[in-house]
Amino acid sequence: MFLRVAWLVMRKDLTVEVRSREVIYTTIFFAVACVLVFAFALVREGRPLEDAAAGIMWISVAFAGTLALGRTFERERHSETLRALMLAPASRPAIYVGKLLGIVLLLLVVEAVLVPLIGLLFHAPIASRPLELAGLLVLGTIGFSAVGTLFAAMLVRARSRDVMLPVLLYPITIPVIIAGVRGTAALFEVEPAVDLAQMWMALLAFFDIVFVTLSLWTFEPLMTE
Amino acid sequence: MKSCYLPAVLLAMAMFAVAPFRLMGAPDILVANATPGVLLSYKIFYYHVPSAMVMFLSAFVCGVASAVYLFKNRLAADRLAAAAAELVVVFGLIVLVTGPIWARKAWGVWWQWDARLTSTLLLWMIFMAYLLVRRFGGQGAEKLSAAMAVFGMANVPFVYVSVNIWRTIHPTTQVIPTLAPGMRGVFWFCVLSFVVLFGLLLALRARLEQRRADVERLYLLADEE
Repeated sequence: MFLRVAWLVMRKDLTVEVRSREVIYTTIFFAVACVLVFAFALVREGRPLEDAAAGIMWISVAFAGTLALGRTFERERHSETLRALMLAPASRPAIYVGKLLGIVLLLLVVEAVLVPLIGLLFHAPIASRPLELAGLLVLGTIGFSAVGTLFAAMLVRARSRDVMLPVLLYPITIPVIIAGVRGTAALFEVEPAVDLAQMWMALLAFFDIVFVTLSLWTFEPLMTE
Repeated sequence: MKSCYLPAVLLAMAMFAVAPFRLMGAPDILVANATPGVLLSYKIFYYHVPSAMVMFLSAFVCGVASAVYLFKNRLAADRLAAAAAELVVVFGLIVLVTGPIWARKAWGVWWQWDARLTSTLLLWMIFMAYLLVRRFGGQGAEKLSAAMAVFGMANVPFVYVSVNIWRTIHPTTQVIPTLAPGMRGVFWFCVLSFVVLFGLLLALRARLEQRRADVERLYLLADEE
């Protein structure tokens, strides 16, 4: 039952998205624009700064993620569907998991465009350790979205939610950013430091477990008016 | 309860008045080739460390009170959490101002990306975000900020671990003072002073919130009549 509700909520979100393509197009465009802005700031005489690629990648993911989270829930608010979702005879944590999965998949699509672009523009060796890089990205995206989904859902009712989401989200997701950036930087070195990247992945996995559990635990009291 | 305030205020005032004299009498830490300026700068330690301890205590109080508010829906816990969050920011400001002043003398730089410094800054930012949400979040901001406090508490170990690992990869030297026997008494005296001050401010601030809630309730009652 739990998994079925989560699956249905996710499918609903993805169906809406596939039909309108609003969030995915705007988020990808925003992420690409972000990378270009960084390229102007950090590329000197055709040579990118050392270690810059990993940082730019994760900052772009975080920025684009905030945008996607805001838009996804703005849609729910606009048509008052979040209330309908909450009224449905389904467990709240299952709804949260469905929403989370939808956003994670959305961000992974954005990253699929973003990462090759970073490899192209910043000469980052993205193909040297593809599995580890994918692992870092998936774990990091889950961690970022786990906190983001909860806060975005709560902020639907709040005033000035566009400002509040990054204000709340960035301090909390700093460990994800640190682990993501350092882990990716380790993989982008001339001699990829795989063991270091794996250690950061372990930290990310631990962060994911703690924060998904905490979100499942607090979603119910938080979404009750 | 009310009769305790005046003696507590007097006690705190007396303790803070006596502290500087006790500080002057405390032995200096023996650092090789230390100039008098460096030796004097160590005195800030007696304000810096107790403020940091009280800051973490306050953060803990805020986190626990927020969790109680979220799950048990006790309004008194929410008021206590709000008071504690403000005190985290106040004492955190003392920590973040006194720290760099000392660091400039001892390390030669204002700021180091050391694990303890970074996690303190992050904790301070999380509670700034708490206050921002509370102030500007509009309807339902209490629950939002309570979630922020709970997530913020869970976040501290992750920040500490991640920054610690990040730093061990890029080591920097630092001087950590160890407590000499003659300094111990003075130090704990200062800690006690700060704890008394903290308890007093917390009680007064929570009482103010209580009064506000009472006035609000009375207004509503008067409107009805």
